[in-house]
Amino acid sequence: MNATRILDLLVHLGVVLFLPPLLLGVINKTKAFFGGRRGPPLVQLYRDIWRLLRKDTVVSTTTTWVFRAGPVVSLATVLVAALLLPLGGAESPLAFTGNFVLFAYLLGLGRFFTILAALDTGSPFEGMGAAREATFSALAEPALFLGLVVLARASGSLELGGMLGGAEGTWAKAGASLVLVIVSLVVVMLVENSRIPFDDPNTHLELTMIHEVMVLDHSGPMFGMILYGAAIKLLVLGSLVVNLVVPVTGESLLLSWPLFIVGILALAVVVGVVESSMARLRLVQVPSLLVGACLLSGFGVVMLVR
Amino acid sequence: MNEWLVVAGIILAALSGVPGLVLSRRGTAGERLATGLLGLGAALASTGAIRTFGGVPGPGLSAPWPVPGALFAVRLDPIAAIFVLQVFVGSFLASLYGLAYWPQAEHPFNGRKLRLFFGLLAAGMGTVTIAANAMFFLLGWEVMAIAAFLSLTTVDERREVREVGYVYLVATHVGTLSLFAMFTLIESITGSFAFGGVDTVAHPVLASAVFALAVLGFGLKAGIMPLHVWLPGAHARAPTHVSAVMSGVLLKMGVYGLVRVGAMLVEPPVWQGAVVLGLGAVSAVLGVAFAIGQHDLKRLLAYHSVENVGIIFMGLGVALIGKSVGRPELVGLGLAGALLHTWNHGIFKALLFFGAGSVIHATGTQEIDHLGGLGRRMPLTSVLFLVGATAICGLPPLNGFVSELFVYLGLGRSLAGVNGTWWVLTAFAIPTLALVGALASACFAKAFGAVFLGTGRSEHAAHAHEARWPMIVPMVVLAALCVVIGVAPALFAPALDGAVVAWSGRAAHVSLAELAPLSLVSVGAALLLGVIGLGALGLRRRLRRVATTGTWDCGYAAPTARMQYTSSSFAQNLTRLFSFVLWPRTHAPTVRGSFPASTSFASEVPDAVLDRLMVPALRTVERMMVWLRWIQAGNVHLYLTYIVAAIVLLLLWRP
Repeated sequence: MNATRILDLLVHLGVVLFLPPLLLGVINKTKAFFGGRRGPPLVQLYRDIWRLLRKDTVVSTTTTWVFRAGPVVSLATVLVAALLLPLGGAESPLAFTGNFVLFAYLLGLGRFFTILAALDTGSPFEGMGAAREATFSALAEPALFLGLVVLARASGSLELGGMLGGAEGTWAKAGASLVLVIVSLVVVMLVENSRIPFDDPNTHLELTMIHEVMVLDHSGPMFGMILYGAAIKLLVLGSLVVNLVVPVTGESLLLSWPLFIVGILALAVVVGVVESSMARLRLVQVPSLLVGACLLSGFGVVMLVR
Repeated sequence: MNEWLVVAGIILAALSGVPGLVLSRRGTAGERLATGLLGLGAALASTGAIRTFGGVPGPGLSAPWPVPGALFAVRLDPIAAIFVLQVFVGSFLASLYGLAYWPQAEHPFNGRKLRLFFGLLAAGMGTVTIAANAMFFLLGWEVMAIAAFLSLTTVDERREVREVGYVYLVATHVGTLSLFAMFTLIESITGSFAFGGVDTVAHPVLASAVFALAVLGFGLKAGIMPLHVWLPGAHARAPTHVSAVMSGVLLKMGVYGLVRVGAMLVEPPVWQGAVVLGLGAVSAVLGVAFAIGQHDLKRLLAYHSVENVGIIFMGLGVALIGKSVGRPELVGLGLAGALLHTWNHGIFKALLFFGAGSVIHATGTQEIDHLGGLGRRMPLTSVLFLVGATAICGLPPLNGFVSELFVYLGLGRSLAGVNGTWWVLTAFAIPTLALVGALASACFAKAFGAVFLGTGRSEHAAHAHEARWPMIVPMVVLAALCVVIGVAPALFAPALDGAVVAWSGRAAHVSLAELAPLSLVSVGAALLLGVIGLGALGLRRRLRRVATTGTWDCGYAAPTARMQYTSSSFAQNLTRLFSFVLWPRTHAPTVRGSFPASTSFASEVPDAVLDRLMVPALRTVERMMVWLRWIQAGNVHLYLTYIVAAIVLLLLWRP
């Protein structure tokens, strides 16, 4: 392990730990711009998380240890998942054949515990949110894996770095499929992060929420962990898209890391534009859009048959 | 030597219930002796099996049997050893669990019968795994089938138990019939009842028939969709520790049979692997979809067996495809995935059934929507059930993830470096497996959430108590196995490698450690556990001062436990999405007027194949056959005439 590699790891950790709350800031600034408001400062989420981590907690008398495990496990899983990803053109810290399965299943583990923590409160609203999350994520999972299958076939690799990073050759070989996969992955990213058009993070009616309602009863440090984990999850899933659209292969750290950061911030702007320009879908229409995302990637697979 | 150990284990298991027959109905000596004998047998047989993994397989044993073509032939190769271990460990733990779950003192009239047939069931399954002659195999197969029938109908005074028992008996005998036909065809190809190689190139039609009969016969036992009809009812109605053995071990005898036949087929055509893969995929998706619709805890677990057998078949399909196209890495990953998942499913499904049994023992109901909040009253059971639930969803860092990863890798390896179009099938199998995993998580979030979390929905739940130690200990052992296989899969690679070598019949084989990132899976699991541990410590330090209050209820003044989301409401979105195969039944009254009378809503998901297709179809056939009824008039003289006529006909008939 040479010096570049160590430096790369440090930058990787730094980006994963410190960049994510900024993405939410960028999204909110974009939405404020479209709404003609000044909006909260870019660093608002850093302040929120810091404040929440220092607060006291109120928990429901109905809950057990599962309620407390929810935030811990969901934060831990996105952190480990972030170590499987190649960021900034460098090889991922945990690169091995088949790490895409571990990546997806780690997110699944976090979701499983978030749902259980919601059910632990015994609240009908949180049950509703949990049921929706379980349903929509079950449909998003095949879309994600179909996209990964296209990447695996096109790149000939079963390792996330190879699948996402070997992009120049792949673009020439399977460009049309990749476009479909990118669209499908954007849909997956939006649904997994509970963004519009699937869920409105700013809604204030418990009956219509998905993710927000599942964490209604969490407060203080636990809620801070949830917000932090959600921000990292946005970075993690967003970087799948960024790696495909901005294929940086790491010759020079000084070029590839800034390029990646600009890319992920640009993606945050895109999310903000989407949220400003469209309304949330009715809940019954969400499955159709997710099946549509599966079909897009499915076509991507079919187009690789020759 | 190793063979002798296993044979001794089988004999001890077969006799384990016998001393109890002459002992008192009320005493505890009989049940303790039975568990002790089974434990001794399990220790001997497991030693034999484990020694097989390290050494060179012995020549086997054989003793003459005066039936033509038959031989008491025993052979213990690594494939058999994998299943022997599972049979004996599973049966012994279930027997230990039964000490507290089905004590003789509480069941004076059927306890002794249950233990006799339980021992015979273990012995029958053990015989199936080590038999090296078709006749001997079928003998074990029938002992196993009948003993399973008699164990599952322990409470035979109840009508619904008898009904599911008969469905099982019919299903298992249809399976046995096709196995008789299959072994006859194999004999006509190879000239013996030993398990020799079936040449598919020289006999394409006969070999295809062998394959089809194997899928039918072994698929019926394994419970592959749509041959699963006997499975949900039988698992739901049997005593819970018998359900655990049926689901964890008995189904695997079907898997064992198909693995064995797969090893016998020489150069099988690609379509055979594709059929197994496709059946597995259908079974996995539909199994979990039906599970989501269930609100009987044991029925739900039973449908998950259909799902997991589907995943095992997917792995086996990959291995068969690899054998056809000459890709040893597909054989290695597919078969290792299938066999490890066979173990894993035996482990976490037994764990889950034991957990369900503790709940049933404590509350007297297996209706999920009547439970709730048991996590507080049964803390140990709830943690152990959660370990099983996480493992069965294939989530890291537990064992289900490792075996599913092997299957994913096998499927993924087939994407690269091939021409032709068959890779499209494996390509679409990958998202199918992902869908299955996500649906399983949804289903177990529902099951665990509705049973152990929230607040109790009925009196049943309010008076629950923690299980006694003979029930807890087997669960702790199984949960520990889930963690060990998940964190250190490399420990089990030699056994799987041995089985792959024995299956593919070639010594030069790429080892599992080269094919799969075993050590990095361990690193990932350790990292995950470490980060979770750090997070938990950090949170613990921050959560010194905690105020408590009621759950946020949006200002509603008087929330009750009945307002919680039930398991049925949790599952409603998904059952609606899958209604095109599930055909759910709902009874929803229309509410009229300003002051409607009290009313009720009910919904259920009956088995589409059994209740919606087969039963109506069989009723129609029954009606159409009225005109044949005079043949069976109940007159003994008439029957004697039939027999004489049949004998005369046979004497006259000269082919």
